[in-house]
Amino acid sequence: MVTIDPIIQAEGLVKRYSELIAVDGVSFYVEEGEMFGFLGPNGAGKTTTMKMIQCVSPKTSGKLEVFGMDASAHQREIKKYMGVVPQENNLDPDFTVYENLRNYSRYFDIPPIEADKRIEELLNFVQLRDKKDSMTESLSGGMKRRLVLARALLNNPRLIILDEPTVGLDPQARHLIWDKLRFLKKSGVTIVLTTHYLDEAEKLCDRLVVMDYGKIIVEGEPGQIIKDQIGSGVVEVDNHPEIVECLQKSGSSYEVMGDIIVIYTNDPTHITDQLSMECSLDKMITRKATLEDVFLKLTGRKLRE
Amino acid sequence: MSYIQYFQIPEMNRRLLKVWLRNKDVFMKNVKLNFLPPFLEPILYLLAMGFGLGAFVDEINGVSYAQFIAPALIAVSVMYASFFECTYGSYVRMYYQKTFDAIIATPLIIEDVIAGELFWGATRSTINALVMTPVIAAFGLIDLKYALLIIPFAFLGGLLFACIGMCFTAMTPNIMALNYPALLFITPMFLFSGTFFPLEVLPEPIQYFALAFLPLTHIVRVIRTLAYGSLELSLLSDVIWILLATIIFYILSMNLMKKKLIV
Ligand SMILES: Nc1ncnc2c1ncn2[C@@H]1O[C@H](COP(=O)(O)OP(=O)(O)OP(=O)(O)O)[C@@H](O)[C@H]1O
Ligand SMILES: [Mg+2]
Repeated sequence: MVTIDPIIQAEGLVKRYSELIAVDGVSFYVEEGEMFGFLGPNGAGKTTTMKMIQCVSPKTSGKLEVFGMDASAHQREIKKYMGVVPQENNLDPDFTVYENLRNYSRYFDIPPIEADKRIEELLNFVQLRDKKDSMTESLSGGMKRRLVLARALLNNPRLIILDEPTVGLDPQARHLIWDKLRFLKKSGVTIVLTTHYLDEAEKLCDRLVVMDYGKIIVEGEPGQIIKDQIGSGVVEVDNHPEIVECLQKSGSSYEVMGDIIVIYTNDPTHITDQLSMECSLDKMITRKATLEDVFLKLTGRKLRE
Repeated sequence: MSYIQYFQIPEMNRRLLKVWLRNKDVFMKNVKLNFLPPFLEPILYLLAMGFGLGAFVDEINGVSYAQFIAPALIAVSVMYASFFECTYGSYVRMYYQKTFDAIIATPLIIEDVIAGELFWGATRSTINALVMTPVIAAFGLIDLKYALLIIPFAFLGGLLFACIGMCFTAMTPNIMALNYPALLFITPMFLFSGTFFPLEVLPEPIQYFALAFLPLTHIVRVIRTLAYGSLELSLLSDVIWILLATIIFYILSMNLMKKKLIV
């Protein structure tokens, strides 16, 4: 029997920056062809984890293998088959759009003729053909992000790491990127991404993890995670002491978030009936449970530094 | 804290050429503007100092003042070109443009990037020498016999200042602080390395200090001797000094940069 090894495998992975432990013993694996998400509040350790996978930041301890190779010993080989969209754009301001890609293709030893062909295709793919000879400074935020994506695809990577690929983009630009990612996934590329857009993660990711304070606090398929952590539905009501009391009595699973109470349930109608009968409440909102509910439940409401 | 870690022998890979090429491509985009300073500066200096100031100066060691400073102008330009390329230039690419970050997401590693930057700095020095030597020769101030040797020597001298500059780039807390080495190290060297007056007029201890610690003195000596049309055995000691210093600072700059950038 042929066993297919995971594309990325981490076990007890730790990253320490002098005093601070940014990644605190995480274990996960990413299979070939999967779209895998990393969620978590600011400072959770997502970028740090991405940088270790990219072989640019050495791990402090634990095990990390990419393409079955030790990430600390085979950086060049691993990076050859990897595409990276970093959290911060780092396009070369000294070059035009075309020159950026052309210059980057050299780092991957792509022959000039082949490079020109691929650049042409990629500029079409990310819809930047008209901007071919513009300096990168003059591009909009969305265009820059698309160019960074095109650059990450130059070497026909088997694995793409995207650190907040859609940060700061308008809905149109975001949807365009999602489309491209779906297309890439269909063509068999393994995709690892981090994001703060939970709807994005819910729609795109086959599996995901939520990190907080350097640890993975939950892992699984988005739908399954929601079901396990929340249930199928959510009922939101205004926060009043009587209602809290009433809910406590009935043993419901709920959370007080500022001036609203969020009640987690598999049976919203039961809850709403109960609330209107036993707690004499009539203002309620019933909706589907989302990843955002999971996120807020697990990581709390408090703002991170 | 062990000092050994700053002297680990770095890996050298042909991929550094790709970083060199990146910088060359940017340079070529403004090639006319980039060639102007090494073309114009020697003319201005020679007119003002060589012929203007020189009118009040007797011969120095048997040559005219213009002839005395002409080779020093090349040496100074070799120093400036690579030092500034690998301080302000590299710092901007590293910190503001994130060019290094972009490059190390490819099969290149940080050693390739730094080596490419250093060799590019040395190339800038070589380009300056390549432009200046004929300009100065056109004034009849260079003996052409060994003048061609100035060009490869400019690469070596340039590499030394590239490496020294890169050490400062690795240690500086911000770009403004790079003004300190420029002011406290480069400017005194510009003035006190036997450039505009012979080293011998300085008190003896200072002469020894200059020879021991100011790299420019050695570069001026070599270029001046070559420009006078002679090739003396004593130059060997200067070249060896420069070679040793280059090796030391190459290794040091590489390790300092790795320590700064690999976190
Ligand atoms: N180079 C560094 N030196 C010291 N500490 C660092 C460094 N990089 C990150 N950290 C710290 O490590 C922790 C994790 O940072 P990281 O960038 O991985 O978070 P993140 O999950 O990507 O956050 P965000 O959502 O804001 O991008 C933070 O506390 C951060 O301050
Ligand atoms: Mg991040």
